[in-house]
Amino acid sequence: MISQLTGNERVLAAFTFLILVCVGVAMAAAGRDDLIGTHGWVIAVSAIAGAVALLRSYDAPEPSATRLSEYYDDPSKVGIILTLIWGVIGMLVGVWVAALLAWPELTIDAAWASFGRLRPIHTSGVIFGFGGNALIATSFHVLQRTTRARLPDQFSPWFVLLGYNLFCVLAASGYLMGITQSKEYAEPEWYADIWLVVVWVVYFSIYLRTLLRRKEPHIYVANWYYMAFILVVALLHIINNLAVPISFGHAKSYSLFSGVQDAMTQWWYGHNAVAFFLTAGFLGMMYYYLPKRAGRPIYSYRTSIISFWGITFMYMWAGSHHLHYTALPHWVQSLGMAFSVVLLVPSWASAGNALLTLNGAWHKVRDDAVLRFMMLAAIFYGLATFEGSFMAIRAVNSLSHYTDWTIGHVHAGALGWVAMITYGSLYALTPWLWKRPALYSAKLVEWHFWLALSGTIVYVFAMWNSGVIQGLMWRTYNDSGTLSYSFVDSLVAMQPYYIARAFGGLLFLSGAVIALYNIVMTIRLPVPVSSDSASDIPLGLQPAAPVALAGE
Amino acid sequence: MTIDHEMLTGFSKSFGLFYLIAMSIGVLVYTYWPSNRKPFEHAAKAVVSDEEDRPCL
Repeated sequence: MISQLTGNERVLAAFTFLILVCVGVAMAAAGRDDLIGTHGWVIAVSAIAGAVALLRSYDAPEPSATRLSEYYDDPSKVGIILTLIWGVIGMLVGVWVAALLAWPELTIDAAWASFGRLRPIHTSGVIFGFGGNALIATSFHVLQRTTRARLPDQFSPWFVLLGYNLFCVLAASGYLMGITQSKEYAEPEWYADIWLVVVWVVYFSIYLRTLLRRKEPHIYVANWYYMAFILVVALLHIINNLAVPISFGHAKSYSLFSGVQDAMTQWWYGHNAVAFFLTAGFLGMMYYYLPKRAGRPIYSYRTSIISFWGITFMYMWAGSHHLHYTALPHWVQSLGMAFSVVLLVPSWASAGNALLTLNGAWHKVRDDAVLRFMMLAAIFYGLATFEGSFMAIRAVNSLSHYTDWTIGHVHAGALGWVAMITYGSLYALTPWLWKRPALYSAKLVEWHFWLALSGTIVYVFAMWNSGVIQGLMWRTYNDSGTLSYSFVDSLVAMQPYYIARAFGGLLFLSGAVIALYNIVMTIRLPVPVSSDSASDIPLGLQPAAPVALAGE
Repeated sequence: MTIDHEMLTGFSKSFGLFYLIAMSIGVLVYTYWPSNRKPFEHAAKAVVSDEEDRPCL
């Protein structure tokens, strides 16, 4: 890793570590009576570890100029491993908290093990740890292939990848200690938020600098989606996290917003986190890896452009559907509802475009579990967006809101769409990047596919049943006009579904463990001697001329 | 002019409507502009070609 940096980049890395050590020690000193002090040490120790690694190879010879005739894929490779590890951690904690809901007595008597602290580790772990690393790893890969330009330098991609993971560690360890600003999906406190802004600006600059040097005149649509993801997430993150800390030595901060404005800002952020983190970014992944794996160009390129602008501009207004029947002005609720319903058009355009791309290649879908992952993702994307538009209608929301139906909807999207397209893309990408002829085991991919599908179906059906029953029990009145059921009655009715949900999650988690094993074993396969398979592209499409191995 | 609820709602109900319509027309014109057909088709095909194996120098 260090030997790939040029002399100047090594100096830059050294300065970065120096600044981080100083900031970390300053935080540890100023916050010695507060939880922020622990995070100061986390930052300082990570930076010292990085500096030690840097110094150990500081004298390595500079990389040769031939590197410029290759893409720079090492950050993507590390990103893939980190994605799979975060996936296992995030889903494991998910199964844990699901089990706590089904059997509350399972908890141990420690503050860190309480449901309220573990649950954000699950949500942040899967969204930011698993999803975010997958987006960073694949975006670097797609960006270089579609622009036919190498990343602008060797330092900034590592800064983005490792800096982002430092943010994820600060977030997860903070939740365990009890640090949170109580905003859903935006729980980390002010100092972690500032760090993420720095990382994100560098991430966007990598995109811009590579695009400026592109050799393809037209920017392929996948890059538009990735850029919308980076740009809008920056906007959302900065605005929703505007806050004033008590002091530089305290983790606690106070938000700029209060009351219904705070709620609106939070759900504008929250819904667009779904829209731009979990949708736009992964659509970018789909628009590249699905055609590539199927060996067929996207069915309608024009539709992909129209749905891009539809999704980017309409999602922005949909957030207020999270606040139906609240103090939010009625017209703002209606606005969110209207945009959520119209959103079905660009969403189904994307899902349909993906499925029509596969039309004529169904035999490949049947034989290739990797492509089947992507097809299933497109189907779940269509289902989840339809359900989302439906649930955003105020009358439907009166039944579904605050119930498990919402959880079921989120997981139809997160397990069915986000995780399936990610695993499909990573399975496709791993042999290409590591120049292996195939994955370690196609059979394990089949196992993963069916575990993931059955896990998702068990989960989603459990939560649909649970949510609708819950919603109906909360609105059933008896003859004297009082509620027929107490809240505890509805809890008792939930228990079988909570057990089913934990089981569905366990199936999905086993698939994630299999994926980690399969990909690690693929990487450990010996590099083939023949250069036939040492290509970047799928075997079926290989050029006749042998391609040399990448110089790493 | 004071920035109050009435003014903000009026603004979003008028300007918001027209800029979204204008943007939709703009996107459709761009997408169906005849001379854009070629670059679009090239971009769609380039992804599945084997040429993108290496950066252009």
